[in-house]
Amino acid sequence: MPDKIRVCTTINGEQVEFLCEPHQSLLECLRDVLGLTGTKEGCNDGNCGACSVLLDGRLANSCLVLGVEIEGRQVTTVEGLASWRGLHPLQQAFVAVDALQCGYCTPGMLIAARALLDREPDPSEERIRTWLAGNLCRCTGYDKIIRAVRAAAATLAKQAQEVQR
Amino acid sequence: MTNEQYSIVGTCPPRVDAVDKVTGRAVYGPDVSLPGLLHGQVLRSPHAHARIRAIDTSRAQALPGVRAVVTAGDLPGAEERAAGSGEGDPQARTMRDYTLASDKVLFVGHLIAAVAASSPHVAEQALALIAVDYEVLPAVMDVLEAMQDAAPLLHETMKTWSLAGESQAPSNVASHVRYVKGDVVQGFAEADVIVEREFRSVTVHQGYLEPHASTALWGLDGRLTVYTTTQGAFGVRDHLATLLHLPLSTIRVVPTEVGGAFGGKNASHLDAIAALLSRKAGRPVKIVMTRAEVFLGTEPTPGTVIRVKMGATRAGRLTAAQAELYYEAGAYPGSMMDAAANAIFGAYDVPHGQVDGYDVVVNRPKTGAYRAPGVTPACFACEQVVDELAERLGFDPLEFRLLNCAREGTRQVGGAVHTSIGAAEVLEATRAHEHYRAPLEGAQRGRGVAFGYWGNWGAQSSSTISVNADGTVTLVVGSVDITGTRTSLAMQVAETLGLTVEQVKPRMGDTDSVGFTETSAGSRTTVATGIAVVKAAQDVLAQMCARAASMWRVPVDTVSYCEGVFSTSQDPGQRLPFAELAAQLPYTGGAVTGVGNVDVQEWGVSFGAHIVDVEVDPETGRVTILRYTAVQDVGRAIHPVQVEGQMQGGTVQGIGWALYEGYAYDGEGHMLNPTLLDYKLPTALDVPPIETVIVEVPYPKHPYGARGVGEMPIVPPPAALANAIYRATGARVCQLPMTPARILQSMGVI
Repeated sequence: MPDKIRVCTTINGEQVEFLCEPHQSLLECLRDVLGLTGTKEGCNDGNCGACSVLLDGRLANSCLVLGVEIEGRQVTTVEGLASWRGLHPLQQAFVAVDALQCGYCTPGMLIAARALLDREPDPSEERIRTWLAGNLCRCTGYDKIIRAVRAAAATLAKQAQEVQR
Repeated sequence: MTNEQYSIVGTCPPRVDAVDKVTGRAVYGPDVSLPGLLHGQVLRSPHAHARIRAIDTSRAQALPGVRAVVTAGDLPGAEERAAGSGEGDPQARTMRDYTLASDKVLFVGHLIAAVAASSPHVAEQALALIAVDYEVLPAVMDVLEAMQDAAPLLHETMKTWSLAGESQAPSNVASHVRYVKGDVVQGFAEADVIVEREFRSVTVHQGYLEPHASTALWGLDGRLTVYTTTQGAFGVRDHLATLLHLPLSTIRVVPTEVGGAFGGKNASHLDAIAALLSRKAGRPVKIVMTRAEVFLGTEPTPGTVIRVKMGATRAGRLTAAQAELYYEAGAYPGSMMDAAANAIFGAYDVPHGQVDGYDVVVNRPKTGAYRAPGVTPACFACEQVVDELAERLGFDPLEFRLLNCAREGTRQVGGAVHTSIGAAEVLEATRAHEHYRAPLEGAQRGRGVAFGYWGNWGAQSSSTISVNADGTVTLVVGSVDITGTRTSLAMQVAETLGLTVEQVKPRMGDTDSVGFTETSAGSRTTVATGIAVVKAAQDVLAQMCARAASMWRVPVDTVSYCEGVFSTSQDPGQRLPFAELAAQLPYTGGAVTGVGNVDVQEWGVSFGAHIVDVEVDPETGRVTILRYTAVQDVGRAIHPVQVEGQMQGGTVQGIGWALYEGYAYDGEGHMLNPTLLDYKLPTALDVPPIETVIVEVPYPKHPYGARGVGEMPIVPPPAALANAIYRATGARVCQLPMTPARILQSMGVI
C-alpha cells in the first residue's frame, strides 16, 4: 500500500484537508475520499466532460488532475454552485427549460457553462456550442442546454445591472 | 395543439427530479455507498474465441486487501455441469456462461472472474495475478461469414430454429423467421419499376454516459439487496433468482437514478457478480465499469446486412416488398432481428410482401436493445429504396409515401393489422411544414426525407397512490424513470384527481414496495404505467367517495367528484374539496390507498417523418447539417417540452449512428476504438437545433390518448441523411456510418 499524502486545499469555499494516494485522481478524491459525488465519471480519460470542475477558476477535467496537485488551490464542483439562498441562475435555467434528461452530464455542463459565463457574459450560440463541445450529452441533443445557457446569461446580465444601480 | 379539455395534461411543469440533478444530489449507480463497502473488479477475456484450459486465482487471493475471488465455479449449477450430469435448461446454461465463462470465451470482454478488495486499485492489481490458460480458437466476426458451413462454431450444439423445425446440423444461425403476405412473385410481376439494393451497418453503442454499476449486500440471513442502475428492477430480480437459485422474495432490487440507458440497461451484467462477491466477503461490494468495459462488456446493437427489393406501378402504387435481414447477435442469440423484420415495411400498405430474418451468432459482445431496437438500419434500407422508387417514377418523395402509407385496417407483412394510427397525418404535417418548401440553393446541397414506424409496447405495470392528510398524494410506481416519467405519471394522476402536479409526489419503488412492473423499454412507461396510475387514481376516488358517503350518511352512488370537490345529489349543501376530505381520513376509517395493476395488451404505435438539409464538401466528404425537422404522432403529448426533448435527443442519436459511430475491429476480434475519443458521439458543435412538430392523433385506449414517444425519433435519421446526401451528391451511400471516406467512395472521388 503506497504512503498517503496530506493535501490542504479549498473546495467550494471551504478549507479541506484529506489524505490521498499519489496515483489517485482529483475525481477519485472528490468522489471516494470526500464524498462529493456530484462530479461524475463518464470515461476517466478526459473525453466526456462529466467530471468538469473549476480549478482556480479554470475549467478542468478532474479525471486528468491528480489529487496531490490541488494542494493550496481553489476547487469548485457542482455542489458549490447553489447556496442556501437558492439555485445559481444556470441551475435555474436548466430546470426552467428542461435542459436535462438523465442528468448525468448536467453537473459537468453546469460547471463548463459557468466557466464560460465567468469569462464571457454574453456568448453567441455558436460560441456556447464550441465551448461545450468537450461535454458530451447523450439525451438532449444539446438544443435545450444551449438555450438554458443563453437564458442564464441574460439573467446574470440583469442581476449585474441591478447591482450597478 | 390544444388540450382545452385538460388542465394538467399538455402543460409543462418542471421535472420532479430536476433540482436533485442540477445540484449533484441525485444518486446514480456509481454514487452508491454502504458501510464497510468493498470494491469489485472483473477479469475479461482478451480473446474473441478461446477454450479455457485452467484458471488459477491463488496468487490473487493471496494479495493483501483482497477479500473474495469468484469464477464460474461459484455459480449454482456449475457442479452438475462439471459432473456432466444433465445441463437442465439450455437458457440457464447460457445465462451462466454469459455471466462468468466456464469452458469457452466467445468475445473479447467476456467475463471470467471477479475480485473484491479494499480499494479499486488493489482489486485491479489482483486481476493481473489471475492466470488463465487459453487455447485460442479461430473467431468469426461477420454475419455472412458466420453463416458459411466452414465457419467456426460458437456453440457446438446450437441448431437453427425456424417454423420448419430445428436444423439437422449445428449452425451459427440461431433462428430464421419468415413473414409472408400475398405472393411477392405476383407482386413484382405487376410492378413497372423495381429497385433492389444491399445495405450494411456496423455495431453502435447506446452511449449512455453513466457506466454500469452495481452494489450488492448478501447478508447472513440469506437476504440479498442490490442497488443498481437499471431500466427494470423487477427484471434484475428475476434474473438473479434464476441465476442464483434464490426465491424471489429473498431478493430486493433498488433502482438508482439512471444516467442514460436507451435500451442498454435492460440486461443485468454486474449484479450477480457483486452478489457472489458479497456473499464470499461478508461485506457489501460495489462494481463500476470503466468506459472500455461499457463498450466491450455490455449489449450494443447488432451489425447488419439488409437486402431490400421493392416494386411499384407508374401510378405510384407499391406492388411488392421483399427483404432479407442478417443480424449479428453477438456471442449469444437474441439480436433485435425479429423486431426489425416486423417493422421494416410497417409504415406502408404493401399488397405482397416477404421478409426473411436471420439471427446469427458471431464473436462479438452479445447485442441488445437500443431505442426502437433493430429498426434504424431497417429504415435506412427501406427508405432509400422507397426514395429511389419515387424518384424513378417521377413522384415527390412525400407524395409517393402518402400514396402508399399504412392506414387503419392495413395488414402488415408481419401479420398485425394497424388500428388507429397517425401515419398519413404525420406525412401531411411534414408536407405542409415550411421547411419542406423552403428554398435550398447552392451546389452540393440536398434535402432528404424519411418515414419510419415503430411498434412500441404495453405489458405489466403496478402502482399505488396513498392519500396524505394534507391533501397531497404519494405515488409509488414500479417503473424506473429513465426519461422524465415520474413527472409525466404524476401529471396523469393530478389530472385524474383534480390536483396540481405539485400535490402528487411520485417515487420509483424498489421490488419490495410495489407489484411486478416490466422494464422501462418499448416507449411503454408513460403509456402503460400511465394506465396503471390512472386506475390507481380512480380507485382512490372511489374510496374517497365511499368515505364521503359514510360521513354524509347518503348512498355512495349519489356521491360524485367534479373539479376537485366531492358532492352528493341528495344534499346540495354537502361539499368537500379533496384536501378537506383527505384531512378527515384519520377519523373516518384510516388511510386510503389506491391500487393500479395492469397488463396492457393494446397500445398505440408510432410514425415519424424527418426532413434534413445537408451540404457535402466535395473534396473532403464532410457532411454539414444545415437544418433538421422531426415530425411525429405522439397520440397526446402529456408534457410537450419533454416530448420535444425525446424527439431532439433521439434524432441526435440517429445522426450519430448515421455519420460518426461504429465499432472498429482488428482481424482478431479486438475492438480498436473503445474510448469516447475514438468512438465519436455527436457534440454540441456537430448538430443543429432539431426543430420538432408534434402531431396528435389520440390513441383511444389510453385514458389521455398517449402513444409511446421515446424510440421513434432514432429511426428515420440515417435514412433521411442518406437521401439528403444522395440529392446533394448524386451518390447512394448504402453503408453506415456514412463517413467522409465512404461518401467520397460512393461519389467515385476515391
